[in-house]
Amino acid sequence: MPHHDEMNTTAGAGAPNGGPPEDSSPDTTDVSPAPPDPLTIASRILRSRLLLGTGGFPSLELMDESIAASGSELVTIALRRIEVGAERSRGSLIDVLADAGVQLLPNTAGCRTARDAVLTAKLAREAFATDWIKLEVIGDEDTLLPDAPELLRAAEELVDEGFVVLPYTTDDPVLARRLVDVGCSAVMPLGAPIGSGMGIRNPYNIALIREAVSVPVILDAGIGTASDAALAMELGCDAVMAASAISRAQDPVRMARAMRHAVDAGRLAHGAGRIPRRHYAKASTPDEGLAEF
Amino acid sequence: MILNGEPSEIPAGETVAAVLGRLGLQTDARGVAVAVDGEVLPRSRWETFALPEDARVEVLTAMQGG
Repeated sequence: MPHHDEMNTTAGAGAPNGGPPEDSSPDTTDVSPAPPDPLTIASRILRSRLLLGTGGFPSLELMDESIAASGSELVTIALRRIEVGAERSRGSLIDVLADAGVQLLPNTAGCRTARDAVLTAKLAREAFATDWIKLEVIGDEDTLLPDAPELLRAAEELVDEGFVVLPYTTDDPVLARRLVDVGCSAVMPLGAPIGSGMGIRNPYNIALIREAVSVPVILDAGIGTASDAALAMELGCDAVMAASAISRAQDPVRMARAMRHAVDAGRLAHGAGRIPRRHYAKASTPDEGLAEF
Repeated sequence: MILNGEPSEIPAGETVAAVLGRLGLQTDARGVAVAVDGEVLPRSRWETFALPEDARVEVLTAMQGG
């Protein structure tokens, strides 16, 4: 395991999934031309490194416009009881998302036990005809932090059932490695509690997670604004998931566009390799030839 | 029978497809899943599966989230 003194100089060459675009090798089974810097999750190639949550949008129209502005190809969706006696005629959520041409990533939001999460995942597979699942098992009402033992148990069971499991996890590198050991296809560590907009509270752990696992790392939860998303990518994350940061912004469509650019900028900066931090100045203009008066 | 957590007048022996019909749903509706007594009931069985007495039925659909 490599050791580095400065976290922002580490990511780059050599880091799994963290190399510059030239290093990306597209899945050879895909016949379409390789996008410039694709993200590969479970051998599916995605051009966008921004995942979008559909929760919190004031209307389906704003959600639809925000998806387009974000460029996201993978959006989360939840499963809830159908309203008995409600009208079913108007254009539903599922229709809007189908028209948008995005891949659905069902979640197990609200589940408190491995049992509930596994059952919810199986129901989502039935409802949405996908075996991808964003696995969430919540252990605390106030912080909505993941319940690590239940999460790991559910992940193992779902992998055994043939699911492509993307677990929402804490920023613990050891837990991330355990989740990958049981077969998860990506890990989704939090930057801060869901919906808190507090950014990335422990960037060192996020960088450690990037070093610890060989699957994509998707920064999930805590993103408040574009600079948070850029930081995640600069730390070496392979993608960013944004939900409330976009859907609850005053102008969701504009924020979606901002996030798209932030993810691109952070990815580029990560590949470019930042300069080391130093305590004192280092002149960028040479002293030679300086006039004496 | 309990439908989505509420007591229901639906008689035992009715198929899941019939219950979905009461809710205004076709059996080919996108984004719908059904659990009976804590187990997934696959779409392929909706037309034939007769609900037992006191069944706990959950009919779920897509919701914005995550």
